[in-house]
Amino acid sequence: MAKAKLMDFDKALEMFEPVLGFEVHVELSTKTKMFSAAPNFFGGDPNTNITPTCLGLPGSLPVVNEQAIRYSISLGLALGCSIAPTSRFARKNYFYPDTPKNYQISQYDEPIAFEGEVEIELADGRSFTIPIERAHMEEDAGKLTHVGGSTGRIQGADYSLVDYNRAGVPLVEIVTKPIFGAAADAPELAKAYVATIRDIVVALGISDARMERGNLRCDANVSLRPHGQEKLGTRTETKNVNSLRSVERAVRYEIQRQAAILADGGTITQETRHWHEDTGTTSPGRPKSDADDYRYFPEPDLLPVVPAPELIEELRAALPEKPAERRRRLKADWGFSDLEFQDVVNSGLLVEITETVAAGAAPQSARKWWTGEVARLANIKNVEPAELVTAAQIAELQQLVDEGALNDRLARQVLEFVIAGEGSPRDIVATKGLAVVSDDGALIAAIDEALLAQPDVLEKIRDGKVQAAGAVIGAVMKAMGGTADAGRVRELVLERAKQV
Amino acid sequence: MSDLTRLTAADLAAALASGDTTSVEVTQAHLDRIAAVDGDVHAFLHVNPQVSLDAAKASDARRKAGTPAGALDGVPIAIKDVLVTTDMPSTSGSKILEGWMSPYDATPVTKIREAGLVPLGKTNMDEFAMGSSTEHSAYGPTRNPWDLDRIPGGSGGGSAAAVAAFEAPLALGSDTGGSIRQPAHITGTVGVKPTYGGVSRYGAIALASSLDQIGPVARTVLDTALLHDVIAGHDPHDSTSLKQEWPSMADAVRKANVTGLRIGVMTELDGDGFQPGVLARFHESLELLKAEGAEIVPVSLPSLAYAVAAYYLILPAEASSNLAKFDSVRFGLRVNPVGGGTVEQVMSATREAGFGDEVKRRIILGTYALSAGYYDAYYGSAQRVRTLVQRDFTAAFANVDVLASPTAPTTAWKLGEQLDDPLAMWRGDIATIPANLAGIPGISLPAGLADEDGLPVGIQFLAPAREDARLYNVGGALEALLASKWGGSILDKAPALTGGTR
Repeated sequence: MAKAKLMDFDKALEMFEPVLGFEVHVELSTKTKMFSAAPNFFGGDPNTNITPTCLGLPGSLPVVNEQAIRYSISLGLALGCSIAPTSRFARKNYFYPDTPKNYQISQYDEPIAFEGEVEIELADGRSFTIPIERAHMEEDAGKLTHVGGSTGRIQGADYSLVDYNRAGVPLVEIVTKPIFGAAADAPELAKAYVATIRDIVVALGISDARMERGNLRCDANVSLRPHGQEKLGTRTETKNVNSLRSVERAVRYEIQRQAAILADGGTITQETRHWHEDTGTTSPGRPKSDADDYRYFPEPDLLPVVPAPELIEELRAALPEKPAERRRRLKADWGFSDLEFQDVVNSGLLVEITETVAAGAAPQSARKWWTGEVARLANIKNVEPAELVTAAQIAELQQLVDEGALNDRLARQVLEFVIAGEGSPRDIVATKGLAVVSDDGALIAAIDEALLAQPDVLEKIRDGKVQAAGAVIGAVMKAMGGTADAGRVRELVLERAKQV
Repeated sequence: MSDLTRLTAADLAAALASGDTTSVEVTQAHLDRIAAVDGDVHAFLHVNPQVSLDAAKASDARRKAGTPAGALDGVPIAIKDVLVTTDMPSTSGSKILEGWMSPYDATPVTKIREAGLVPLGKTNMDEFAMGSSTEHSAYGPTRNPWDLDRIPGGSGGGSAAAVAAFEAPLALGSDTGGSIRQPAHITGTVGVKPTYGGVSRYGAIALASSLDQIGPVARTVLDTALLHDVIAGHDPHDSTSLKQEWPSMADAVRKANVTGLRIGVMTELDGDGFQPGVLARFHESLELLKAEGAEIVPVSLPSLAYAVAAYYLILPAEASSNLAKFDSVRFGLRVNPVGGGTVEQVMSATREAGFGDEVKRRIILGTYALSAGYYDAYYGSAQRVRTLVQRDFTAAFANVDVLASPTAPTTAWKLGEQLDDPLAMWRGDIATIPANLAGIPGISLPAGLADEDGLPVGIQFLAPAREDARLYNVGGALEALLASKWGGSILDKAPALTGGTR
């Protein structure tokens, strides 16, 4: 595939106004699926978490999951939406082998939640209001694996395997209205919007919201129009954007790509595009037009959803604080400086740090780990920090440091083993013998040996030239393979110098 | 005992309860009857004597232990092939499901098993219940026991013929636009379409979800009531099944009394387009009821003029979506195009080979009716007509207790006679379709034989939703009046089947 021509980002914005729109799919963490009693657990052996309904077997029927309705209402309320007194499921008809019935049960003209807005914050603290058009419920499809061929895509594959464990997992799709006025902030706004949705669903406790696992998926719509033009430009819809970083990069890329085409007098094809994390580019998917005919009609197997007004009020009363309020509260609770807190927010690590603090770590320690070593390693590996370790693991690591079992350097080493999947921090300390040596006997032996090997240094120390101890400390640390606590070695060197 | 196959389900239940016979004897008698005559009738697509006899033995053991599972424990029953079963194939009359073994039982099947009934086999039907003659079965037509050259009605011609030919005392059917009631009319048997939601649809291979309803088929009104009582009730697997306690339909038959009952005659279904013999028996039946104390009043439901047209948009629309799952990916027939192909090509080749003409006709029609730009004009208009039909019924039932009409315009026609004229066949559903559009219950029971051809004629009663018991009341009363007039059952007049003619 020829590499797409890109226009310089700043120049693109001089010429065009980007208009954004997002469709974010949130997988709800209900116990069972949207329309069947199958466990809502994606993973395990293929085609094991299924019922006749998940497979669309002859005669099977859907039954709505009440918990999914409650979760969807809560999410709608958190997005500032109105909740429809009556909403309805519809069938979206299309043939595709990952869709067991060859129609998806979704909501069409009567979604459960509509007309809301979400406040997001950019890195410099400016806030932006994203208008929400609707949030509707639907079921996920199965997962196809294309075997053979080089690309892993359906084209050129020898055959395809399908796993229906995911078929019927409950989803809420959140659709924004067109977002105007983002200008050069567009990529950052995209990232902040998705991060805010993530924070909301995590705070609601309705989704695991792990982008890398597909719990939260974002389709980013981008179009450009010349400044001052009323009519919207032709949009593309970029899919497969599986991290916050990718959302930002994909939007930036599409702006640059489309600008180059338009500036050359070309036209944008309305289509879905596929984001490639590795190359940081998008490639065309299937052409998409407003004329796509899914032959929607009301799902006759299901009754309309008519939530009791009391239920809606009960869920409204139970809503967690909004992300912006929460940020203000956390900043105060944790005692972070403006700079420290902004850094946390911008790194998208608020959730991780909150969880780490909840798991027992001091806020400052939690912050240092996530924005420091974990972020550094994640950057090298080009993944999200949360994909590397869990909050519980970081909290455990910090506890080992607090106990004095690990020094900073050893703790970083343990972290790498944790990331490599070799076990919990405590297990790794035990199995790798990485703990700080606190047995003074072994240290003293090593110190005595080092002191006697450098009699001139020993003399200096005895003469009160304490800084000379450095050479001995270094030798001891080396002899101990780094497992010694440097502070303790220093103390002992000064002590032993008087005695040997 | 005399010929066990001539007994009603109620009589068999009594004989089983008293120990005069055993379920094994009863079941064997019916299996023998099937072996003798079904070569001619072809009511069954699948019979497995061993499975039936095992169930019969288990029933006898329960009776012996004094723990019968219910009044009908040990009584045999035939099951329309639209209902999925774990121990017999379920094809819905289609090649695309040939040999399909379901991993689960349909809820009505579970209920009859739990009540101790003995499944005899699966009965023939128009493919996916699309048709009024059972000629659209992929496995060959069923023949009318009254005249083997004629159709048994449809789509449930197999269930009706099995009962009419004394191959089974009871059968399960499904009624989307008359598939239980019209075959009852055609074969001189009784069939009931319950209130929509009265019986679970779980495991009924869907034709049109908003119209489909499972119901009982038998030779007497009491037998249909006994079976209705077994299969009715809420099912958590079917969101559209009603959450309500149902009164005993059998009690309604036993206490039948039409004194003061107001019966509305739908004027739109009385006259033009109906065979004279059909109308004659209909009016005679009304006279009998009137003499018994019922009040007969004419009622007009103007929207019925549009019911057939609306039905033949709503049904294909829903069917086109319901039948999309038959694509060879997960189950059923798979046809690979010569030289292989993409998944779309395999789906296409499978559906081309696996579906019959009537099914393809309706899928294409339904796909068109739902298409962007046509939706409002077709599906949308049809739904508005449906609302009007519902309103007309609500208005009518404000003045009468039940409504009456002939079940269908004509008696049984000759096999092949209407195959080239699908619209004529669709128009034949004019009297049965409105109940499905409105979700209300309906019964068809024999009203006699048409003078011009000597073939059975049915009368239909309709009641408001959830008032199924009214049908059993009026049906039970009329049946008793007719039986005393005829000196027996209408099926006594049917020609004896000797078997082996085909």
